[in-house]
Amino acid sequence: MPKRLPKPEQLGETIDHTPPRKSWMQTFPEFRPGMYSYPGQPKNVNAIDGANPRQWAVRDDDWQLPENWQEIIYEGLKDRLKKYRTLKVFLDICVRCGACADKCHYFIGSGDPKNMPVLRAELLRSVYRKDFTTAGKILRSLSGSRTLTYDVLKEWFYYFYQCSECRRCSLYCPYGIDTAEITMMGRELLNDLGINTDWIMAPVANCYNVGNHIGIPPHTFKEIVDFMCDDIEEVTGIKIEAPINKKGAEILVVAPSGDYFADPGTYTFMGYLMLFHELGLDYTWSTYAAEGGNFGLFLSQEAMKKLNAKIYAEAKRLGVKWILGCECGHMWRVINQYMDTMNGPADFLEVPRNPLTGTVFNNAKSTKMTHITEFTSDLIRNNVINLDPSRNDHINMTYHDSCNPARAMGILEEPRYILKNVCNNFYEMPEQTIRERTFCCGSGSGLNNDEFMEMRMRGGLPRANAVKYVHDTYGVNMLSCICAIDRAALPTLMEYWVPEVDVCGIHELVANALVMRGEKERETDLRGEPLPGKEGE
Amino acid sequence: MHALYSLIIVIALVILALLGAGAAGWHTLFGVIIPYIAFIVFVIGFLYRVVDWGKSAVPFRIPTTGGQHQSHTWIKQNKLDNPSTTAGVVGRMILEVFLFRSLFRNSRMQISSGPKLSYGSWKWLWLGAIAFHYSFFIIFFRHMRFFTEPVPFLFEWLDKLDGILQIGVPTLYISEIVILASLVYLFFRRVVVPQLRYISLASDYFPLFLLFGIVISGVFMRFFIRTDIIDIKELTMGLVTLHPQVPSGIGVIFYIHLFLVCILFAYIPWSKLMHMGGIFLSPTRNLANNNRMQRHVNPWNYPVKLHTYEEWEDEYRDKLKEAGIPVEKE
Repeated sequence: MPKRLPKPEQLGETIDHTPPRKSWMQTFPEFRPGMYSYPGQPKNVNAIDGANPRQWAVRDDDWQLPENWQEIIYEGLKDRLKKYRTLKVFLDICVRCGACADKCHYFIGSGDPKNMPVLRAELLRSVYRKDFTTAGKILRSLSGSRTLTYDVLKEWFYYFYQCSECRRCSLYCPYGIDTAEITMMGRELLNDLGINTDWIMAPVANCYNVGNHIGIPPHTFKEIVDFMCDDIEEVTGIKIEAPINKKGAEILVVAPSGDYFADPGTYTFMGYLMLFHELGLDYTWSTYAAEGGNFGLFLSQEAMKKLNAKIYAEAKRLGVKWILGCECGHMWRVINQYMDTMNGPADFLEVPRNPLTGTVFNNAKSTKMTHITEFTSDLIRNNVINLDPSRNDHINMTYHDSCNPARAMGILEEPRYILKNVCNNFYEMPEQTIRERTFCCGSGSGLNNDEFMEMRMRGGLPRANAVKYVHDTYGVNMLSCICAIDRAALPTLMEYWVPEVDVCGIHELVANALVMRGEKERETDLRGEPLPGKEGE
Repeated sequence: MHALYSLIIVIALVILALLGAGAAGWHTLFGVIIPYIAFIVFVIGFLYRVVDWGKSAVPFRIPTTGGQHQSHTWIKQNKLDNPSTTAGVVGRMILEVFLFRSLFRNSRMQISSGPKLSYGSWKWLWLGAIAFHYSFFIIFFRHMRFFTEPVPFLFEWLDKLDGILQIGVPTLYISEIVILASLVYLFFRRVVVPQLRYISLASDYFPLFLLFGIVISGVFMRFFIRTDIIDIKELTMGLVTLHPQVPSGIGVIFYIHLFLVCILFAYIPWSKLMHMGGIFLSPTRNLANNNRMQRHVNPWNYPVKLHTYEEWEDEYRDKLKEAGIPVEKE
């Protein structure tokens, strides 16, 4: 963790929710280390033909913008008001009732009033009012209008990259105003000027060129998977073969790259490998469409579409029947709410059907893509797999609903059903912090970089605090989730606020509990920790 | 300051009516011309705004899901908070429009040392909003007695129901008390809660003061400065039947009341009060979460440049072959 990060107690003391006396229209943020992300590198911007590639720094006075930047924003906003009813309606109808204010994890953890969703949207709304509404043209400051100045633009960058598009505010808004939509439009407009962050641009460039966010080339992917298979053999005694780019397989499986890049995601990936092997599933991984996640979502709809298109293209090339998507949060926002519209129709695929149970996943009859927890819960329900939950008895579990599966899909019960079948000690966090009311990890929407650490720890406080509650009350020592960004970000968050709690994916626990045909007596779990009753052997 | 500006504007409007309809005696202007203009501005403005919203595309189906989606037959779907059918969406919208479902979910965060966070249920805003909107609704329909002849049973009945307490002469309406109480609450929370004061604009205070003005002038007219109700009905019926006439016996308090109502109606289309139309067009609420079942079409979907498999294989062919991964072209 960065050295300058304050200690948790100190950070807690700095949280003050009282707004300053001066009007928000006249205050501008100070770009303090820990509170903003670094700009996109020219090579990454160039990779997707992005606007205005250049070397620049956020704390520079001059951001080297095109001469006519105001005009570009004006035209960009005008265009998007026609293209998105959400934007137009949401800019027009907010009554500033304030119901959203204390729902935002970044506001809760920072106390910065402009992190109240209502004010985040006002940053854009104030400019919109001046240029696009009758009242704003006549009444100016009385109606809350502002001129788009350089300071306002920098303020947009600061706050649109302090929103994780988690949509918690939109759940509580009486009109369903979705700040994620405002933030997405804000980021698109900024990107038109070449204002973006490298933590998003680099994964987008990598995914476009190489096939995944991390930039792992195909042969290295195979090495990593082989390595995982060796580890699996060590734990289970079973040698697994993982099919890659196999034509004519029944199912294309797509995982987020986080699951084969770093711990603890890798244990989840090993879980997929073990489950598919045990089932004898006719499937394949792809190294061209090697990414389920989509950082394009955090940049622009066009970038999202470019990256997402690979999945259907690869399914078509390989001639599979349907697609199975693994544990990832924003990936499922894209698949559930954008994929078919952007890159469909997937009329060359069949409605997903579980070959082992015969269950037809009719809720995916158009997209032809099924969520792995839908798949696995169906297996368990039909007693297809043999589970020994006592192998997870050393784990006291809680479950974090990831924002996108919860509020952009509604996948709440499937993971819980699986958890209850693969482990005996499962405790829910307080009601106001789970299911559709879940709190973000504090690092979503491309904000899980190191330079943004202080704000990540602040934004993650509500989640961490709820984990701390179940840790203190029930001795919870494991936080499970179905999101790869969570698995990358939550360990750091836990280390900071609740150091005794680890993070895992659900299929890691499935694999621990999975009794495989021909396996040796297991001594350890996938992490090499001794199983209950096997300590000291 | 924003509150003060708004208050001054509303007071100025009252004085304007006082001078115009009172001192200057421009009864036709305030009793006929302005009401007609306000009505036309309201209707045309409202339609213009809704049509304007309607002209913007809905490229993606992005409902905010508030419960379990449709999945296995053995998992219970939350059909109202996460609808997958039109019927479910209608149900969700009814709950939103009539019961303010999302606002009912409201909670309040509290932070104590540690830091320790807690979230309590906080229904006051919901209660204030429901109280305001329903009392406004009842008052609005109660006033239909002035615009119908014979008065339909429903409006008569509503009037009787509203005055059911039978306190005072003339009878005090429940809605009068409720709307005043809720307006006071909605105003004070804006002024007292620091975050709300911080986000409030003049355009948040102005409608509140305007509504105060309307309610207070209405109450005054009934209880303190009586004016002839028969004359008023003659005027309002004249407006409705497009044979406007201005009876002479109407007190200036009525013109103040009417003028403020006209300002409110003419103001609605250009303000946040359009939320009454906007709620129906909110894509996070009025769409079903059925994207995986039913394809949603984006009218402006356009092709983008892709990095195709063929290009990709060309770049990695040697490495792929070396690693034993199958390729299209040897």
